[in-house]
Amino acid sequence: MMTTEEKIKEWCPQAETETAGETVVRVPADKLEDVCRRLHDDADEPMDYMRDLVGVDQGDGRYSVYYQLESTRTHGRVMLCSDAATGEEGPLLPSVCQVWKTAEIKEREAYDFFGIRFTGHPDMRRLFLREDWKGYPLRKDYDMDSNPLNMENEVNADVTEEFRLLPDGTLERRENVVFNPDDFVVNIGPQHPSTHGALRMRTSLEGETVKHIDPVLGYIHRGIEKLSESLTYPQTLAFTDRLDYLSAHQNRHALCMCIERAAGIEVTDRVQYIRTIMDELQRIASHLLFYSCLVMDMGALTPFFYGFREREMILDIFEETTGGRLIQNYNMIGGVQADIHPTFVQKVKEFTKHMREIIHEYHDIFTGSVIARNRLKQMGLLSREDAISLGATGGTGRASGWANDVRKHHPYGLYDKVDFKEIVYTHGDSWDRYMVRMDEILESCAIIDQLIDNIPAGDFRVKVKPILKLPEGVFTASVESSRGEFGVFLVSRGDKSPYRLHFRSTGLPLVHAMDTVCRGNKIADLIAIGGTLDFVIPDIDR
Amino acid sequence: MEQSFLDYYSLEPLTRWIHDALCGVMSEDWAVFLESLVIGVAILLAYAVLAVVLIYMERRVCGAFQCRIGPNRVGGKGGLLQVPADVLKILTKEIIRLKNSDHVLYELAPYLVILASVLSFSCLPWNKGMAVIDLEVGVFFVLAASSIGILGILLAGWSSNSKYTAIGAVRSGAMLVSYELSLGICVLTVVILSGTMSISGIVESQADGWNIFKGHIVTLIAFVVYLISGNAEANRGPFDLAEAEQELTAGYHTEYSGMHFGFFYLAEYLNLFITSGIATTLFLGGWMPLHVAGLDGFNAVMDYIPGIVWFLGKTFFVVFLLMWIRWTYPRLRIDQVLNLEWKYLMPLSLLLMLVMAVLKTCGLVF
Repeated sequence: MMTTEEKIKEWCPQAETETAGETVVRVPADKLEDVCRRLHDDADEPMDYMRDLVGVDQGDGRYSVYYQLESTRTHGRVMLCSDAATGEEGPLLPSVCQVWKTAEIKEREAYDFFGIRFTGHPDMRRLFLREDWKGYPLRKDYDMDSNPLNMENEVNADVTEEFRLLPDGTLERRENVVFNPDDFVVNIGPQHPSTHGALRMRTSLEGETVKHIDPVLGYIHRGIEKLSESLTYPQTLAFTDRLDYLSAHQNRHALCMCIERAAGIEVTDRVQYIRTIMDELQRIASHLLFYSCLVMDMGALTPFFYGFREREMILDIFEETTGGRLIQNYNMIGGVQADIHPTFVQKVKEFTKHMREIIHEYHDIFTGSVIARNRLKQMGLLSREDAISLGATGGTGRASGWANDVRKHHPYGLYDKVDFKEIVYTHGDSWDRYMVRMDEILESCAIIDQLIDNIPAGDFRVKVKPILKLPEGVFTASVESSRGEFGVFLVSRGDKSPYRLHFRSTGLPLVHAMDTVCRGNKIADLIAIGGTLDFVIPDIDR
Repeated sequence: MEQSFLDYYSLEPLTRWIHDALCGVMSEDWAVFLESLVIGVAILLAYAVLAVVLIYMERRVCGAFQCRIGPNRVGGKGGLLQVPADVLKILTKEIIRLKNSDHVLYELAPYLVILASVLSFSCLPWNKGMAVIDLEVGVFFVLAASSIGILGILLAGWSSNSKYTAIGAVRSGAMLVSYELSLGICVLTVVILSGTMSISGIVESQADGWNIFKGHIVTLIAFVVYLISGNAEANRGPFDLAEAEQELTAGYHTEYSGMHFGFFYLAEYLNLFITSGIATTLFLGGWMPLHVAGLDGFNAVMDYIPGIVWFLGKTFFVVFLLMWIRWTYPRLRIDQVLNLEWKYLMPLSLLLMLVMAVLKTCGLVF
């Protein structure tokens, strides 16, 4: 059987392979759409899941886009890269949103930050920044003073642009409608009790029924990726905890892993144990909060406190060892910040025992309630194909029958040494999304129980130079965070700070999926579905 | 059955004596005017005090359900002054007037809601001889008066000129009007059983046994149906769709501030009390004491407890039941709410009424 790279070479002889760090297949822009389509429809190894799409300013006038693809059948991965054609129209690339739906939102991100316009994309609006923003901030030549603080209200246009490349090389601009003038558009957010942060969804309704959702993002965009480009590698770690703060350990684990791989640092077994246990504790804490938020979104205020009661125990364990409860700053390059607290092992054991004994209370009050069943079952259906195409990873994808657990298919840490089940449900409704998380709590307890008694002795951190220089190349790492695949994409030019650092947001595809999942449901279900999709806003906006 | 205990309860001699004494010093018209004034003030006072008590109770009860303590700082042990402090705070808040709202309706709405609430509140039978409004069609009057509140909610949502409030108002309109039906039919079931529409008449007809025991299983089911639809009428969880904090921020009263909001809040709690009070009157014997046939000593002791204590005790018990429900269940969706009413509760209550009529004509009730 041919490898994927060989296949691409066959379809497109001009393709080149680069192996600085990860293997990247460079495909010319005019062949990109064809190659993508063939990869997606390949019989042996269909690359049907687009993990991420990252724009990079190469600094010499070239703008590249990296496409990270994975096959849901074989879990093989491949990374494509294509330079945007530059002309008087600015950088142009063909859109691949017909192949993978998730490209719809990720191409908008690349457009927003690099000004790369994707021809054939139906909705070329900015994603995070204001519509009247000047320039493209992640370009290397961006003038930092070009956008002074703007106190004017932003008016959202109800129309959007689409660009098409005509055969003679000119660009045709078309207008597409987002909302009709007579649509009843309700503005949910950015300040709203159930959007779990500063998320804004413009929602058009027909009575109580949702017609269309247009997410407006960027209310807490902090420019973390741009900031990272001027910081040393150890400094960039601080941001990861502030992305998805309910997956703080896992996010930081990913970045540390990526940098360690690039620098060739080997961490001790003890560190692997500690990191894995911490990741799982974090996952339980996050799923407990998921439960709390979901029941509150559905108007049940009492079970809300159940989740917080047990989560508090985990936070206490975190606090003793890491000093932090929400933002922990624990993983470091080459190890962890501090050794585990003397009572850590005992308290974690007590907690997993307690969790198993008390989880029936959660099910008694909510899972067994006839109202909860009626509200969640058969609601917000997301088919397996849609979940894959939209890149809805994590519990959301697994509820639709897509086995996408990074821990299982691309093990890191100690996940290849422990025995655990990947929870997969099949219906893809809100109920399954809920049950996946509830079952994963117990599964995480099982993982912890297998590790907690065997933490080997050793150093909790290997010596690493404070100023670290990574070799040139492209490096990636991905972990299973509490709500999906969290990825790190790092371009190094041999400097002490990253040339480009990108995080795969777990929540962005989920917010993008809202429109597909909620359409035709009631507004009350929109809130419940949002709760079951389980996104965290700082991670979307970055 | 021996009914002499009824006289022990009666406050009628006392009120008669006060009336006669007043008539001795002034003309009868003036005396009636003065009495009405005093009673009016007393009702408003009782209304406010009960609201404070209910809010405090809700906070403690919900605290207990939610594995926490509830208010426990302000006013020493037990946080007794927390609610009065909140009342003071809300009184000092600015009442914000919206630029693009319909001002007249916007400001009228909270008064309509509170008016409906006070009117039905006045109908409660506190004790024998202590009914403020005691019409021959008392039950009918309560239903009519409490319906004015729906108008207030609709107006509030509509006149605020906001999409959230409009959705909330339309929801509550659809829901309240629907649940009024099964509520009314359940009340009619009791009216058939008691043979009167007067509230004091219904209470007195229960001297030989509370309606919930008298009507076989029929009144028991009617009681449950009444509680469900009464809960919906009071706009409380799991039927709080009109407010639906997680969906519509605060539903129909999103745009209200200060005491205008306070009126809605107050009315919500008093409606809870009124729903429970009417349930007590119709099904649990109002101010009647608990008698067990055959236990004369026990019955005699029960007779010494004044009627108002019985009434409040039973009412607060029902209030507790409703709070229990509120703090346990998730919220229903609008179509589920309407399905429940039109497909289950209303046919069921119609059936109950029919069965009750048959039982009554055949003389099969106790």
